[in-house]
Amino acid sequence: MQLVLEKRTERSVLIAVASPLVAIVLTLVTMSILVAILGKNPITALNVYFIEPLTDPYTLGEIIVKATPLVMIAIGLSLCYLANVWNIGAEGQFIMGAVCGSYLAVVTNGTDAGPWVLPAMLVMGTLGGIIWALIPALCRVRFGANEILTSLMLVYVADLVMDYLVRGPWRDPKGMNFPTTASFDPVATIPTLFDGSRVHAGSIIALIVVILATVMLGRTIKGFEIRVVGAAPRAARFAGFRSDRLVLFTFAISGGLAGLAGIIEVAGPVGVLQPGISPGYGFTAIIVAFLGRLNPVGILIAGLFLALTFIGGEGAQISMKIPLDLTKVFQGILLFYVLACDSMILHRIRLIATPKKAVQGTVDGTA
Amino acid sequence: MRRLMMTAAVAALAIAATSLSASAAEKLKVGFIYLGPIGDLGWTYRHEVGRQEMVKALGDKVETTYLENVNEGPDSERSIEQLARTGHQLIFTTSFGYMDPTVKVAKRFPKIKFEHATGFKRAPNLSTYSGRFYEGRYIQGVIAGKMSKKGVLGYIGSFPIPEVISGINATILGAQSVNPNIKVKIIWVNTFFDPGKEADAAKALADQGVDIIMQHTDSPAAIQVAAQRGILAFGQDSDMIKFGPKTQLTSIIDNWGPYYIQEAKAVLDGTWKAGDTWEGLKQKMVVMAPYTNMPDDVKALAEKTEAAIADGTLHPFKCPVLGQDGKPVECKGGTHLDDGQILSMNFYVKGIDDKMPGK
Amino acid sequence: MGLLEAIILSVIAASTPLLLAAAGELVVERSGVLNLGVEGMMIMGAACGFAGAYLTGSTFIGALCGIAAGAALSVVFAVLTLGLAVNQVAAGLALTILGVGLSGLIGAGFVGQRIVPAPHLFIPVLTDLPLVGHILFGQDGFVYFSIVLVVAIAWFMYRTRAGLILRAIGDNHTSAHALGYPVLKIRWLAVLFGGGCAGLGGAYLPLAYTPFFIPGMTAGRGWIALALVVFSSWRPGRLVAGAYLFGAVSILQLHAQALGLGIPSQLMTSLPYLATVIVLVLISRTRGAAGSVAPASLGTVFVPDR
Repeated sequence: MQLVLEKRTERSVLIAVASPLVAIVLTLVTMSILVAILGKNPITALNVYFIEPLTDPYTLGEIIVKATPLVMIAIGLSLCYLANVWNIGAEGQFIMGAVCGSYLAVVTNGTDAGPWVLPAMLVMGTLGGIIWALIPALCRVRFGANEILTSLMLVYVADLVMDYLVRGPWRDPKGMNFPTTASFDPVATIPTLFDGSRVHAGSIIALIVVILATVMLGRTIKGFEIRVVGAAPRAARFAGFRSDRLVLFTFAISGGLAGLAGIIEVAGPVGVLQPGISPGYGFTAIIVAFLGRLNPVGILIAGLFLALTFIGGEGAQISMKIPLDLTKVFQGILLFYVLACDSMILHRIRLIATPKKAVQGTVDGTA
Repeated sequence: MRRLMMTAAVAALAIAATSLSASAAEKLKVGFIYLGPIGDLGWTYRHEVGRQEMVKALGDKVETTYLENVNEGPDSERSIEQLARTGHQLIFTTSFGYMDPTVKVAKRFPKIKFEHATGFKRAPNLSTYSGRFYEGRYIQGVIAGKMSKKGVLGYIGSFPIPEVISGINATILGAQSVNPNIKVKIIWVNTFFDPGKEADAAKALADQGVDIIMQHTDSPAAIQVAAQRGILAFGQDSDMIKFGPKTQLTSIIDNWGPYYIQEAKAVLDGTWKAGDTWEGLKQKMVVMAPYTNMPDDVKALAEKTEAAIADGTLHPFKCPVLGQDGKPVECKGGTHLDDGQILSMNFYVKGIDDKMPGK
Repeated sequence: MGLLEAIILSVIAASTPLLLAAAGELVVERSGVLNLGVEGMMIMGAACGFAGAYLTGSTFIGALCGIAAGAALSVVFAVLTLGLAVNQVAAGLALTILGVGLSGLIGAGFVGQRIVPAPHLFIPVLTDLPLVGHILFGQDGFVYFSIVLVVAIAWFMYRTRAGLILRAIGDNHTSAHALGYPVLKIRWLAVLFGGGCAGLGGAYLPLAYTPFFIPGMTAGRGWIALALVVFSSWRPGRLVAGAYLFGAVSILQLHAQALGLGIPSQLMTSLPYLATVIVLVLISRTRGAAGSVAPASLGTVFVPDR
């Protein structure tokens, strides 16, 4: 007797619906046990984690603020991953977008520059991300250098470039020589959408990106090309698709989106360029991309969900004094459950009686 | 295993204690925002010790909450606001990068008192506070000048911010007061949280022939390297004698507890006022660990220097302060550099043969 | 001790944790599995390794605890990705979050404690030889083990039948399965091995490098280890070169700073990353675009047909 995993012949609609619910139930049970061991009320914990953030308009807004960069970056990354291109340096592209966009905010600071500044910053930020992403893309296309290494290493370099700028040339002249630029002028700041909330116009841009990506992947030749190259590279070659160009294309798109997310974050919620502008968005977005099954709408949901776990975890630290590390453990476990249940949509576990050895023996004999 | 059980027990007790205390009415809720993990052994750890001292001193008059590892970028404003929204009446934000977020949240919650460490932006409900760590650095310089046989000091910096720069300058001025030819080698590790890199930097300095290592990074890694190499070192943020019983000369201890107690009391009494607190050896916000591993005359000199700084007869930046070009720096404070010059320091004094970062 | 010898010693110490973790991940990836959770397994190894050494007073037991912790965390990864066919990239990243959290909880009680660092080999006469004495005969056990480990992995992969099967599975799991090789079983073993190595690499930090524990002390070394596997083109020999290149540039830039050359420290600090990229580009260039030999099944889910 043994448990084996096998593919379902058809996608299970029932499981597709039930999967998130099962994941949540499993998480609730696990969390309840852990919280109870700590001597706290599990019901309160679950309420703090998953219900309160969704019922308070402020935290609801904060979930959107947190999800905005994650979704935007993850959409770009999903295109790479669909085409089997391994960009894991979105964090660096995010930072370079923030840096390049901030350049305009810094040079126009205190001048009477008009409303052109913000749009120009968004363009510059996008370009910054694209250029930073094209370095690993070109290294792969021209020299065959693996993009996992190059894109990852450039994250550290981007971080240090920003560090150099805010400690030197771009330092706020009135900032007592601390490492930060001057606060951005209103013309260089993304407007917020509601009073008393940090939700900003960038979230709308993120939604537009989701829609555009859906259309591109579903309705255009380019989207088809990305899927084919990723799924069947040989077939793609016969079809005349150039994989080199696709590497450049997907890297450019994902770098551009990460860069745009970076400048939006700096010109929006943060308001200055300073070290630490990204709490690891570029890496968290990789989880979001796969959690969303590399599908734009899925990514939107996954981004909001992951943001909820951050905000809920913070609420638990405040109102229940649950340590940060424990909230990370919860987050990890929750992700595992969601991923595992998601896998059950395509697979099922069966208990079989046949000893595997016998099957192998015959294969070995005939091979 | 026993230790693990103890930890678990302590954690359980702590949680039980806070939940018990939550039931009592009208107690002051105090919130803390920390940059690192509470176990970083350095900056955040010392603030956490200050919080614990406050809890000990004020007992059930206060209930405290802390958020650790709070990113200085987009997350911090939310974290501060979350504390403000959950009934915390006094909120300490303990790193420079929280300045603008603290200002923003303070504007939205005028009735809540905010305190931002190491910053310079204030409001009617927003105070700033910091320690005059350069005073301790000057004493360390005096000791190093006396103790170094080769006349070369090694200095490990985290990031070139004014506090670190003024620390380096104060050290050199202190050392020059006993050895005019003292030299210093500076390495920037560009991180606060990588003990391995701090150890690498300490090794590099030792290999290049320095015989005293000073650090402005958080962990005891540099002291341990110095101990292995048989040279001397200073601790940082807390007393690190345990990691180098034969190595540590002294250490600058950040002592936030009394200030936190004082501020919480002021809020409880209704006497809290916004202001700027920048205190040093005199008010014991900066405390020196015992002077160890040095001859009695050096120890006596260190104690004399400490007393002189504390009673105001000696200022580490007494004029004239010479810049790297040998010309005196403008003396805005009359007999010494004024606080603004020290807070925003971005020049090296004469005697440092390195290039000032960012210039 | 001369300056050159001292620098080489520092480089070896800085490279060893990277090499240990990367060697394990190399085997994992050669079997076709991409486990991005190296950082999480390393920090678990650091926390549990320190705990073990502190409680027993033995570096050796500490190292075993580190291995066990890394391997235990990798079991979670294996159950998900091999047992339940979960996406490997997402599971690996989630594993890092879990590892960081767990290590913080486990390590909290040990912060501020001190242990005796791992002993260094000392052979009279030999260790005192000029220049090479300490480098060859004065290291701690981790350093010797890391070299033995890489040699053993190279021997296993290229000289044994099991190694051949492992590589075959990594290159084409469907064919390997059709030939009757136990794909999942071998991958399970590879993942466990990789977890143990990452745990040992993490444990090296608090046991030998800086003998104390603080949360997050691996400081991104797991990510560097992952990059080094790519740098090596999945070959053990080049892995050693990569790890030592990275370590060497990291140490040399500190020495350059101490000389007071006046170069921005951010540029100096970025040199190890830039150097790795540039060297990889140069090597790849000479071998052409076809030179990259990533295992073909890397990162893809395998569910046997029945």
